[in-house]
Amino acid sequence: MSMGKNLFQKVWDAHTVRKLSNGETQLLIGTHLIHEVTSPQAFGMIRDLGLKVAYPHRTFATVDHIVPTDQRVQPFADPLADAMITELDNNCKEFGVTYFDIASGDQGIIHVVGPEQGITQPGTTIACGDSHTSTHGAFGAIAFGIGTTQIRDVLATQTMALSPMKVRRINVNGHLKPGVYAKDVILHIIRLWGVNGGTGFAYEYGGDVVDRFTMEERMTVCNMSIEGGARVGYVNPDETTFAYLKGRRYSPAEGEAWDKAVESWKSFASDADCSYDDVVNIKAEDIAPTVTWGINPGQAITIVDNIPTPESVSAEEKDITQEALDYMQLPAGEPIAGIPIDVAFIGSCTNGRLSDFIEAAEYLKGHKVASGIKALAVPGSQRVDVLCKEKGLDKIFEEAGFEWREAGCSMCLAMNPDKLIGQQLCASSSNRNFKGRQGSPTGRTILMSPVMVVAAAVTGKISDAREVFDVKELAEI
Amino acid sequence: MALEKITEVVGTGVFVPGDAIDTDRIIPARYMKCVTFDGLGEHLFYDVRKNEDGSDKEHPLNDSRYSDATILLSGDNFGCGSSREHAPQALYRYGFRGIVAESFAEIFFGNCTTLGIPCFCASKEEIARIASAVEADPTLAITMDVSAREIRFAGETVSITMRETAHSSLINGKWDAIGELLEAKEDVIAVSKELPYFAG
Repeated sequence: MSMGKNLFQKVWDAHTVRKLSNGETQLLIGTHLIHEVTSPQAFGMIRDLGLKVAYPHRTFATVDHIVPTDQRVQPFADPLADAMITELDNNCKEFGVTYFDIASGDQGIIHVVGPEQGITQPGTTIACGDSHTSTHGAFGAIAFGIGTTQIRDVLATQTMALSPMKVRRINVNGHLKPGVYAKDVILHIIRLWGVNGGTGFAYEYGGDVVDRFTMEERMTVCNMSIEGGARVGYVNPDETTFAYLKGRRYSPAEGEAWDKAVESWKSFASDADCSYDDVVNIKAEDIAPTVTWGINPGQAITIVDNIPTPESVSAEEKDITQEALDYMQLPAGEPIAGIPIDVAFIGSCTNGRLSDFIEAAEYLKGHKVASGIKALAVPGSQRVDVLCKEKGLDKIFEEAGFEWREAGCSMCLAMNPDKLIGQQLCASSSNRNFKGRQGSPTGRTILMSPVMVVAAAVTGKISDAREVFDVKELAEI
Repeated sequence: MALEKITEVVGTGVFVPGDAIDTDRIIPARYMKCVTFDGLGEHLFYDVRKNEDGSDKEHPLNDSRYSDATILLSGDNFGCGSSREHAPQALYRYGFRGIVAESFAEIFFGNCTTLGIPCFCASKEEIARIASAVEADPTLAITMDVSAREIRFAGETVSITMRETAHSSLINGKWDAIGELLEAKEDVIAVSKELPYFAG
């Protein structure tokens, strides 16, 4: 009988306030992150109830979803976007919430900003009105998306009602082949267990591949947990985690405070003898560059595969396969490689960090975006933008024919002016290929790693980056 | 805060077929440019209901025989994707008071419960049985008996399931947790004091 606990159980126990009458747990949310789209109604609700923000120093705000990536001075061309950003500004001032606005130089996608500021820490609970909050689990936090009424609950009480999740340990062991990235790992996982295989679970990612991953790679994997149905995804904190956090603005100060924090963070890692509700193993060598072909992130194949036919899938998947083929207008049974694209997008909370642009620029250098392709590079935060510019990456992208934009969610969900038009097909480093996701009701999305987006941009079609750039040779340098 | 005990939903139904109907489809992102939830109902399922010129596509919600439906029937993994509460808000404001699907995405399910919208699961076959009865007679009276966990229509009964905690919240009028959460201020202070990071 195992006696140890996994990280989820430890963090859950440490943040449990009490049991509620319906059997759920009242859970303390140590860190609350907000943005302009899902928070205004929540502030309205607490105002209507005559309540205050209980612990304003534990809520952090930024603007990301609707912020334009070209014109950055208010008033914005879109009056609704302008009104929402003004509303967030007013709410933060009225309730005393820290707000990383555009003028601060620290604005960006909330899931990029939290980690880079050192707000995201191991052993904490983090909630945000955004499903990709699972990103923060990369640090060994229990982090998850919530709705607006729950944002109200967290603002007013710093707690919310929740039931514990089961934990599935996912081991990725071995060595990733050249040209295979963290994005491919998570697309592979979602493909294996489907878009609802994780419902009711928190995913604990481990194994030697995840152990070797940088924090940014771990964030990419945890980010898309929700696309597999898991509201929470996390990695146990280790030296890589601590090294990343050291010296950041909200990290504990070096010295005694730091040492105590690291000691505490280590104590939250899953015990060697802990139990899981499920354990699965993936061989890194089995993972190839992966792309979606359909209308949800589980509809994925490797770059060398053919697009499925309704006959090639199980009986339960027949209808949704046909629905996806009809929407995507792709040739069933034919190779996915070679499908012409219209737009290339690198950015988002999945793949909009410094390492994503470094990796992409390494291969993009010396190439040109194919004629007629609109290509956008959107850093995940103003800090990422600055770091990229220090390395001259913006110039590499611009010389190749990409537009280098300012920080925001941009074309991942297209609430700002960055949208697909008509049936345009986009090679995208983002996280969702839902119908209409990128702003056009008939627009089409194919998800992939940033390097694969670059390959698509320079060839004008879905391409195997390993062939386009001779990735193997480069990887050996 | 006294809340209504949600013990049953009585009305007519509509079947919106499909698996993995995501919250972007339920309410496209561009309609989230708002600081209140008012008016979201008219944009429910907008891009699958309307052509770009505003004319109607073929969709169950464009069929006037179902325009008074209060119970929505659908497929597997309903409400997946974005955590936007705008999705259940749009469904509620359109007029839906209960949903039956093969399964629900987790965040969507929690958002619905918090708004007092019961989300019940049933098998594909059982949903098809209700759907075919609704299609044969769109005026068919359906009772979603929340307490007894069953759907009744035309003398037939279908068992439906829901997570125990959510079920308890609905039938006991505790689906909006804020009142109870506010009662525990001292406990919150005590727990937060044990967490060094909380002080900031």
